[in-house]
Amino acid sequence: MLDTLIERIRAAHEHDSPLILQGGGSKTFYGNPDEGEVLSARAFSGVVDYQPKELVLTARAGTPLADIEALLDAQNQMLAFEPPHFGGAATLGGCVAAGLSGPRRPYAGAVRDFVLGVRIIDGTGQPLRFGGQVIKNVAGYDVSRLMVGALGTLGLITEVSLKVLPRPAAETTLQFELDEAAAIEQMNRMAGQPLPLSGTSWHAGLLTVRLSGATSAVHAAQVKLGGETLNDAASFWQRLRDHATPFFDVRPAASTASLWRLAIKPTTPPLRLGDAQWIEWGGAVRWLLSDLPAAALFEAAKNGGGHATLFRGMAPAGGVFSPLSPPLHVLHRKLKQRFDPKGILNRGRLYPDF
Amino acid sequence: MISPAFLSQLRRLLPPHSVLHEREDLMPFESDGLSAYRNIPDVVVLPENEAQVAAILQLCHAEKIAVVARGAGTGLAAGALPIDGAVLLVLAKLNQIRQLDPLARTATVQPGVRNLAISEAAAQHNLYYAPDPSSQIACSIGGNVAENSGGVHCLKYGLTVHNILKLRAWTIAGELLEIGSDTLDSAGYDLLALMTGSEGMLAVITEVTVKLLPRPQRAQVVLAAFDDVAKAGAAVGNIIAAGVIPAGLEMMDRLAIQAAEAFVHAGYPLDCEALLLCEVDGVNEEVSDDIFTVREVLTASGATEIRTAESEEQRLKFWAGRKAAFPAVGRLAPDYYCMDGTIPRGQLPHVLKRISEMSIEYGLAVANVFHAGDGNLHPLILFDANTPGELHKAELFGGRILELCVEVGGTITGEHGVGLEKINQMCAQFSTPELVRFHEVKAAFDPDTLLNPGKAVPELHRCAEWGAMHIHGGQLPHPELPRF
Repeated sequence: MLDTLIERIRAAHEHDSPLILQGGGSKTFYGNPDEGEVLSARAFSGVVDYQPKELVLTARAGTPLADIEALLDAQNQMLAFEPPHFGGAATLGGCVAAGLSGPRRPYAGAVRDFVLGVRIIDGTGQPLRFGGQVIKNVAGYDVSRLMVGALGTLGLITEVSLKVLPRPAAETTLQFELDEAAAIEQMNRMAGQPLPLSGTSWHAGLLTVRLSGATSAVHAAQVKLGGETLNDAASFWQRLRDHATPFFDVRPAASTASLWRLAIKPTTPPLRLGDAQWIEWGGAVRWLLSDLPAAALFEAAKNGGGHATLFRGMAPAGGVFSPLSPPLHVLHRKLKQRFDPKGILNRGRLYPDF
Repeated sequence: MISPAFLSQLRRLLPPHSVLHEREDLMPFESDGLSAYRNIPDVVVLPENEAQVAAILQLCHAEKIAVVARGAGTGLAAGALPIDGAVLLVLAKLNQIRQLDPLARTATVQPGVRNLAISEAAAQHNLYYAPDPSSQIACSIGGNVAENSGGVHCLKYGLTVHNILKLRAWTIAGELLEIGSDTLDSAGYDLLALMTGSEGMLAVITEVTVKLLPRPQRAQVVLAAFDDVAKAGAAVGNIIAAGVIPAGLEMMDRLAIQAAEAFVHAGYPLDCEALLLCEVDGVNEEVSDDIFTVREVLTASGATEIRTAESEEQRLKFWAGRKAAFPAVGRLAPDYYCMDGTIPRGQLPHVLKRISEMSIEYGLAVANVFHAGDGNLHPLILFDANTPGELHKAELFGGRILELCVEVGGTITGEHGVGLEKINQMCAQFSTPELVRFHEVKAAFDPDTLLNPGKAVPELHRCAEWGAMHIHGGQLPHPELPRF
């Protein structure tokens, strides 16, 4: 199977024929439109190694996230970055290529923080291995993390080693009625205290806070914070993670408003840019439904010290991601050129010109 | 060699005290923390602001003069070793904390700010900067980013790469790169990760924005003695399997214990083969629960003695022995050579056994200090540099240890970096196409190979030569490379 993937990429390189790399196809909506023939890594699946005591799992890229999570769950462990599944078919390779993390991210770390090593096939069909299976490793440039969020433009990820963590013994979710400005401040204040936070959300006047850890610690924090306990909390966080609530259900054809993700400095005051919004990640992510031109949102995100992504909607001409500064854009093109000289892998998916 | 014309150009860019060229002024810069490697620099520049850094780089780029960046000079891999004909760019004078935002929990600092100074400045807000390399009183944040420094708390709190948000860095062409953001991710490729640990090979950092964390409410440490290193190694895995992620989990072997005890009188038991120090931190209630669990696991794992620090004073005393382990071992012999491999924890008994066999083979004693939680092993090879040939023997022995780490699925460097010291062992860890890709990554940033040339990633001919000496099981490493 690996040989087939290598052969396909070699042939595509030789014939200058672009490929669309795919895993479970759960995130085809994400990024800019790309062109080419689909090359699926879905069948290249299976856990290669899992040592609970080492806190390390290695699996092939096509392995469904759900399978990995079930395996970890049986050992009371988890993927602490809480990756979104977006409909269920998500694979490990796609998860790493997209670099998206869920509600636990600000408190536990992102996908890129847990990637220890990768095997890839670059745009010439050359298999390469970077990083490894140990937690501390500073030999060579950190090319493994460079692959995270690169949307397959630098290589097809074929295998990933991840650090995993114990599942917390207890979890509880509290809700508070609070206006937006007060909620943003509260999220930031809480994050500066030794509290076992593992998720924060604000939407429609309701601040929702998840606590995870030892039973005694969660209980103590609950007593300290007060609020109302949310009963079906697991499903609340899962629906938020997977965008399975009506707020996120934006179909390009049916609506003029697009779903935007603004990642900005967490203390940024409320944005006045759209009809509705959902705040996550302690204030660092603001989901907006907006029909403003892309340039206005890119500008707002830049002013907030971050960047914007048109997550669901019609892609603007310059692409769905915030434009890079000219020197960084040049660097991106150079790196792309080194890993994929003919530009055959997910051409245009990250930025339209490469 | 640096020409007089180039020197006068440098002097036009900088105040007189920022250009050092007299031999006695250059001597303090002849090595970094790995003093076995020395080379007196041709010229040292100490810019005082970002504009001067950019101007120096532009000049060097125009004149095709190489540049070696240096922070506090505490690195342990000869990464900041001066190169003949190059400018040594010392960033120590860029030492201002620019901004500290307690609500957003970030600090924006210049590269010469010391690691510990960040936590000291943040302490009034009950915040701190988590990575704590043992040199943290002296090492500076620019160097920490260049080396992706760790410390004893990596398993729980991560390395530098997990604790920074944004960089201002300058290419050799003098172009500003603003990498990362004020939030948790950025558009495009993860250049923040690529820059972290790049050993001054890609760009020169002039500003770092770090994350600050709330100080844990409480920290407590348990000490456990074992009559067998394998049992201690197994105990480490058992603690993690029990669902506890210790803030620090350190192991010392017999020689290291004895040396530390003789040096600082930490109260360590002396009739044991291995000692574990397990610290848990967090909210008060969680620490109590975790200490209970840890003690149970240690007992079940066959510890011969278990003590919980009863007071903050005792906690610090337990740590004092571990923190003084390097200088303590330094008292046993005129010199020691510190290695930095990382291994999967399960391989520990095998690796320690092989190291003790090699110790006999080379006739050099070894004390082992181990960041057990994250598999990072620091064997300290004892030798006497004044005995002809001993340094060379220690280097060969060290190289063999690193190759052993790779053989068992680990890496040649967990936190010290490759520098010049481990450049040969890179050939053991990476294949030719992988090394080629590393060179290409560098070329994307620095096409003329002017930033710290010859460090971190070996030239392919070097691997060919190295491979010729390391035929393993009849297989020649890097067989595709021409030999010369």
